[in-house]
Parts: sequence; C-alpha cells; structure tokens
Amino acid sequence: MSQADSIHTLSLKGIHDGVHTGKFSVMEATDAYLDRIERFNPELNAYITVTRDTAKTQAVDIDNRIRKGELTGAMAGVPYALKDLFCSEGVLTTCASNMLANFISPYDAHVAEKLKAAGGVLLGKNNMDEFAMGSSNETSAFGSVCNPWDVSKVPGGSSGGGAATIAARLAPMTLGTDTGGSIRQPASFCNITGIKPTYGRISRYGMIAFASSLDQCGPMAASAEDCALTLNIIAGLDGRDSTCMDLPVPDYTATLNGSLEGLRIGLPKEFFAEGLDAQVADVIDRAIKQFQAKGAIIKEVTLPNSHLAVPVYYVVAPAECSSNLSRFDGVRFGHRCENPKDLMDLYERSRWEGFGDEVKRRIMIGTYALSAGYYDAYYLKAQQVRRLIKQDFEAAFKDVDVIMGPSCPTTAFGIGEKKDDPISMYLEDLYTIPVSLAGLPGMTFPIGFAADGLPVGMQLVGNYFEEARMLNIAHQYQQWTDWHTQVPARFA
Amino acid sequence: MEWETVIGLEIHAQLSTNSKIFSGSSTAYGAEANTQANLVDLGMPGVLPVLNKKAVELAIRLGLAIDAEITQRSIFARKNYFYPDSPKGYQISQYELPIVGLGHMDIQLENGETKRIGITRAHLEEDAGKSLHEDFQGQTGIDLNRAGTPLLEIVSEPDMRNAKEAVAYMKKLHALVRYLGVGDGNMQEGSFRCDANVSVRRPGQPFGTRAEIKNLNSFKFIERAINHEVERQIDIIESGGTVVQETRLFDPDRDETRSMRSKEDANDYRYFPDPDLLPVVITPEDIEAVRATMPELPDAKKQRFMSEYALTDYDASLLTQSREVADYFEAVAQGCGDAKLAANWVNGEVSKTLADHDLDITAAPVSSVALVELLQRIQDDTVSNKIAREVFEAMWKGEGSADAVIDQKGLKQITDTSAIEAMIDEIIAKNPGQVAEYRSGKDKLFGFFVGQAMRASKGKANPNTLNDILKQKLEG
Repeated sequence: MSQADSIHTLSLKGIHDGVHTGKFSVMEATDAYLDRIERFNPELNAYITVTRDTAKTQAVDIDNRIRKGELTGAMAGVPYALKDLFCSEGVLTTCASNMLANFISPYDAHVAEKLKAAGGVLLGKNNMDEFAMGSSNETSAFGSVCNPWDVSKVPGGSSGGGAATIAARLAPMTLGTDTGGSIRQPASFCNITGIKPTYGRISRYGMIAFASSLDQCGPMAASAEDCALTLNIIAGLDGRDSTCMDLPVPDYTATLNGSLEGLRIGLPKEFFAEGLDAQVADVIDRAIKQFQAKGAIIKEVTLPNSHLAVPVYYVVAPAECSSNLSRFDGVRFGHRCENPKDLMDLYERSRWEGFGDEVKRRIMIGTYALSAGYYDAYYLKAQQVRRLIKQDFEAAFKDVDVIMGPSCPTTAFGIGEKKDDPISMYLEDLYTIPVSLAGLPGMTFPIGFAADGLPVGMQLVGNYFEEARMLNIAHQYQQWTDWHTQVPARFA
Repeated sequence: MEWETVIGLEIHAQLSTNSKIFSGSSTAYGAEANTQANLVDLGMPGVLPVLNKKAVELAIRLGLAIDAEITQRSIFARKNYFYPDSPKGYQISQYELPIVGLGHMDIQLENGETKRIGITRAHLEEDAGKSLHEDFQGQTGIDLNRAGTPLLEIVSEPDMRNAKEAVAYMKKLHALVRYLGVGDGNMQEGSFRCDANVSVRRPGQPFGTRAEIKNLNSFKFIERAINHEVERQIDIIESGGTVVQETRLFDPDRDETRSMRSKEDANDYRYFPDPDLLPVVITPEDIEAVRATMPELPDAKKQRFMSEYALTDYDASLLTQSREVADYFEAVAQGCGDAKLAANWVNGEVSKTLADHDLDITAAPVSSVALVELLQRIQDDTVSNKIAREVFEAMWKGEGSADAVIDQKGLKQITDTSAIEAMIDEIIAKNPGQVAEYRSGKDKLFGFFVGQAMRASKGKANPNTLNDILKQKLEG
C-alpha cells in the first residue's frame, strides 16, 4: 500500500488528519514506523527499546476510540518516541546506563502520561548519553548512535538517539531533555527542530534527573509546527514538580503565522568570535540575511560573562548530579553487584560496575565541588556567576526581542574523535550552556548545510516563557525554506 | 577544683501531620513494613518532593511559642550521605536558612528560680526509614514507612549547666510541643527524641571539647546519660587525658555511653540548596494567621490558674505541665466549684495513681466528670476525704461511678446522731478504766476514743459529729 510508504514524510498534523479522515489507520501509521525502525535502527542504534507489542495494542485501542469519536486531539493516533530517561510504566527505562539496564519503571513520567492520555502511540525509547551526560551519545552503555547524515559522525548528545530518530524519520516526534544543550546541539547536528522551553514550563516529574536546576524536557521533530503541537500537550502546571510554574499555556500553534516585520534579533558578539567554525558561520550569516530580508532588524548584543558559562556549568551540573545519582546504590532498584561482602562493598561495587566513566567523572567533580572547604570557592561562586550570566541576558532583552546565533561551533564530528578529550567535548556546548544557566527557552532549527555537507542549526533564544514567539519565528523561516524537510537519501 | 558542665540539646520532634513532609503517604505509626512508602518515599528515579504546607504551619507555631524569629525565606538543603534507610542518598533538611531562627524558653530550676535557655534555631527535615537487623540472618531489612516523616529539629544554645536543667528544658519543650498540637511527643515511638552535646570546663574557661550523645528517648535516660558522660569526661581530664570530639551512644542497660564515631570519621554532608524545592516564603500575614490559632501557652496558663483559681505557684506549675492535665483540672474545678479541692485531687490521688500505673491522663479510667461526682460527695458530707480515696480506687478499677461504689460498699458517712450516740455509749461502757483516767485529766486519751468509735463505724462516722458527741458524753 503506497500510503504506508509515505506516512513517515507526514507532519504530525498530516498523520492526525490521515487517521481521522480514515486515509489510514493508527495501526498502519504505527506499523509504518515500526517497520522503519526494524529496518534502520540496527545501523543507527537510535532506539534502546522498541515497544512493538504495546504500540500495537495501543494502536488498536486508539483506532477504536477515534472511530467512536472519543479521541480527537492533535496527538490522537500519532506515534512518538521518548528519550530513555522518561519513566514509562511497565517499560524498560535505562538512562542508557548499566545501572538501570534492568529497570522497568513502575510509573509514567508526567509528559509520558500526557502523551498517553492524548492518544499518542509510544514506539520506543531513544538512545542517549548515559544519564544525559555527554555531547555525542558516545557515553551510552548501549553503544554510540550514528548520525543519519553520515554514519561515521556522532548525532550530538545527550538526546542523540532522539535527533537521529527524527532525522531518519523513525518517529515523527520524540521528547528529549536539555540540561546544557542536549536538545539543541543534536538538533543542529541532525537537521531537525527542537525546543528547550523555559525552565519550569514543563513538569520534570518522572524525568530521571541529571542536574535538577537545569534539566528541561522538550519536543524534537521535523518542524516548528510539530514542536508547537507537542508543547500544547506537555506544557503546564503539575503539582508533583515544585519548580513547575503555574502559568497559562497558550495555544502555540495559534501564533505560528505572525509577521516578523520589525522583529529585533540580537546577535551576541561573543557567539561569533574565535572558536566558531568558518563554514558554520557562513551558514548562520546566510540565514540571518534571510530574516533581514523579511523585515527583521539585526542588532549586535553582548553577553560579557558568557565565556564563564562552561566552567560554571561544570561546577553546578556535576554538583547536582553527584547528589541526584546517590539513589542508585544497589539497594532498591537498578544494578546490584554479586555477593557483596558488606554494605560498603555493596555500594562501591554496584556503583563502580553500574556507572560509566563520564558519569563517574562528573560524580567525582561534583562531590569535590560540594565538599567542606571547597563549597564557597566552587559551588557558591558558580551560583553567583550564574546570576551574572542571567543578568547579561536580561540586559540584552531590553534591546532585542530574540537572540540568534549558532547552536554549536562545528558541524557533527567523527565518532571517537573527542571521546578521550572531555574538555573539548565540554566546549561543544559553549553557545547553549549560557541559555540553560539563565533558565531561558532556546531552540534549534535547520538552516542549511556547511561546506562539509553536514547540517547546521540556528539557535534561537527567547525571553522567559516566550516559546510562542520563538516557534512563530522558526515556523516562518520554515515557510520560506525547505531545509527542515530534507532527509538523508538513504532514509527518504 | 570544681568542674562546670555545659549542655546543649538537639531535639527532634515529629510533627503531627497526616501525610509525609514531601509525599502524600500516611505518617501513621506501626503499619506493616513498607506499606506506607510511595514512589517518592522509595526515592524512585525521576520522582520529586513537594512540600507539605501543614509542616510549615506547625514549625511556625512552635517558632511563635518560643518567641523566635520566623525566617521569611527559608531554604531546604540536601544533606548527602549513604545509608540504606536513606533512600535518596541524601536527607532533605535545612542548613543555612532554617525556618525558625533565634528564640528562647524559660525553665524553672529546683530552687524555684527561672532560667532562660536560648534556642539557636529550629529546622524542618525528613526522617529516615528503619534498618531491621534482627529478623534477617546475615541481612538487613529496610522499612521505609518512617522515611519522609516530618521532623522539626530544635537546637538549643549550650546554656544548660547540669543534667537536671537539661531534663527541665526537655520536659518544658515536650509539653510545649504537645500543647501546640505540633507533635504528639510520643517518646516510646520516637516522636520526640534528643541528642545531647556535653562538655566540661573549669568555670570561666572556654568551652571544653564536646561529645554528642545520640538518640535519647526518655527523660530518665537523658539525665543518666549526661551524668555518666560528665563523669567520664572529668575522669579523662583528671587522669591527664583529653576528651575527643565524637558521637556516642547511651546504653541504658549498662548505664554508660560508648563511642559511635569520631570527628575524623564524621561524614562531610556536602550540604547544598535542594534544586527540587523552591524557597519557603512566609509573609507577615501567614505568621499572623498562625498566631490567631495559637492555644494558651503553658506559662500564661499557669499565671491564669494562679489568679483565676487562687492556686499556689507549685500547684499551678504541676497542673500546667501538660495541656491534658490542665484541661482535666479545669473540668474538675469548674464541675465541683472548688479549685483547691480539685487541685489537691488532681495533683494528689490522680497523678499518684497515674504514676503507679504508668499511665497518661488521657488514659485515666476515672474521667473528669466522674471525679467531679466523687468530689461532690465530699462536699455534701456523704463521704469523708479519706473514704473518698477508697471510693476513687474502686472507681479506677472500674467498679462503677462514685455513687454506685458508695452504695455498693455502704460507705455513706453516718451523720445520724442517735446511731453515733449508741456506738459511743457502748464504747464508754466497755472501757470504764480509760473513761476514769480521761475524766481525771488524761486528755490524750480522747484520741483513743475517737479511734475506737471510728473503728466501730468502719470509718463512716462523720468525724465532726463524732467528735462533738464524744466530747459531750465523756465530759458528761
């Protein structure tokens, strides 16, 4: 059946309309994606778990409910995936770690619950860097993920499996998380659209924590419109997360077509300085000119403390993770070593065996930064600088409506290239980390290909809770261009 | 040369909330292991804490009662350490900005003087679970029912100078916690427990090195533990040694403290603000709202008892040591209309019998209403005070109301003069020698006749009537 062959080219709205007008069933849509996963996942390794059976059961149920008119929403009948750190009831939830290689979650994360209730069909759980710590998806205990645009390259990280999934159209939408750039950087490497909303916009309940004050969940999809539809469902108050804000959720699709005439776009000069790959800079320049041609006003802004963001991040995030990961102790769930001889042995060996090198490195850095005598010099100081970074953005937003710049300094690098050089890996997130530290919303959308043939994404930063504005801007860009619809030939 | 003891107490009071401090699980005591531990209490991956507002309100209540500053923006912090009964690998507590700041409480010393004890702070935190070593051979069981139970840790200044002061402070705080409804103060269940920091020094010298004695859960233990610890420290110093800073456990069976861990082994808790919880913001309006619901505090109640019921300082102190006793007394005093009589009975027979049976006033088998009925029988001369005690004992054993007991046992006082006269006539007839002696001036023998008459009446003769008639007949 020819329709099934093209389902993966549809937008969320296309799938929704298809299943609601009877062009194809939810089961057919689900099967189409499951077949693609079966065919392509072995070479990409984008999924850790494929929930084939439950997906089919859900599809039958949702088909029925759509037929009875019980389900009509935008996600009804739409397949999707989840980064493997969202707890999914009855489903293996590994965080790409040996520590949780056997962990079947007894409950659903808030966002998983929302998508389930909206009638989405869960296809599976995406590969990622272990506990979301990494920028290349190489720290996964379940193996690296390959970039669909060049399988010798990384997809970025930590939501690398999700980015590869969307790039190869192995799901129309997935949820990632972004702590220091984990949605935006892989989106840039893989030519997809992804948004990290304002910290507090979406409940973190059931999202296995890396760094609690930075972690935020967000949609990854082909287009800004698909992200907007998803955000409509997952954003909003949840009483189970104290840091989730009680603010009204706008209809993010309602303002997608707003004009960009007079839009003030700020370009932070620090993001265009030394370190930015020239071929990436070229692609960025070209896109900026397109905005200018459509009536946007381009201004230079300055974020004078942004050079401190990476060091600040590598104190704050490891500090929080060192504490967040203490619960993985081999006592109640997760990996437990064989025949512990006493309690200390149980702790030490379970954690030694369960965690990978990068996770251990960050636990050690964080433990050190919080230790008596070092707390003031590291953690406290980092929090103070974090405030300065936030103030930089607040000042910039007095002059401009949004900020644009590169999502990362380079295009996707080779698998194995930076694996043994953590510092250069950490610098990958140079442009995304300041935004995370400030708690601001940031997104990446495709703007073309560099001279090396690899995709480049634009980072777009909005003021607090201005996701609608950002989605509007990206959507408009996607009306003028077709970068976001491009798929590597092999996966077309 | 003499030694001065310096004591500071850290008291953990479990708060009387229905649910835990950061989850919706029940806090009820004694349930089957792990049946009151939900995903949050188990520290499952991905779960988050949500603060129970009732715990905040109770902390403010205690803060107001000790005249403390309530912190407008207090912060929850993580105290990181590994232990199986701490499911997250950290305890959520408060560190730099506790909810209750500097306050104080006055205690009464044995010589009647009042002493002010400073209270450094009180902070909210979650309790840990329990490790069960007994029932599992070679293994340890973990019960997380208690994990996440709200605690208020109340930290005193090192203002106490002997074990008795420490006990007085702890008792006063215990009463306060119960008065305020902040906690049930049940010490057997561990709802009110204490760590004591103890050091010794020469008067006027700087503080000595302290030892912390953990988990003292009775007034008796705390006094004994402190006294033994003080002796131990003095012995060390006097024999040329130095006290090391350490944590010690009191063993009530062997009446000694023993080392648990030294300062060198102490954990570095790596406190930092919990990023999962927002600062607790308390407005002046919030504080006033709590203040409006505050009950009468023990000191104010004592003053009122002295002025309203004309009680002595001693009686009023005893009666206001617990809210339940005070309530019981007031019910009896109002019921019988004689506060002094009520105070004598509540502080006397009632409290003595409670102590004998190791019972709390709320568990007393004789209710305030029942006691009023008995006191009314004293007031209307149905029984004497002495016989009333016998009636009370029967009532305690469940033999019925005052009237029923008096009836059944025939304890009604004999006020019928002719019956008493007949008895006395018989006694005079039987003891001619004593009568003669008395009449010849041996006044002391009067007591002998009273005794004889009382015995004959089985104690039921109205003593005044009996005296009058006896005197009359003997003089006769």
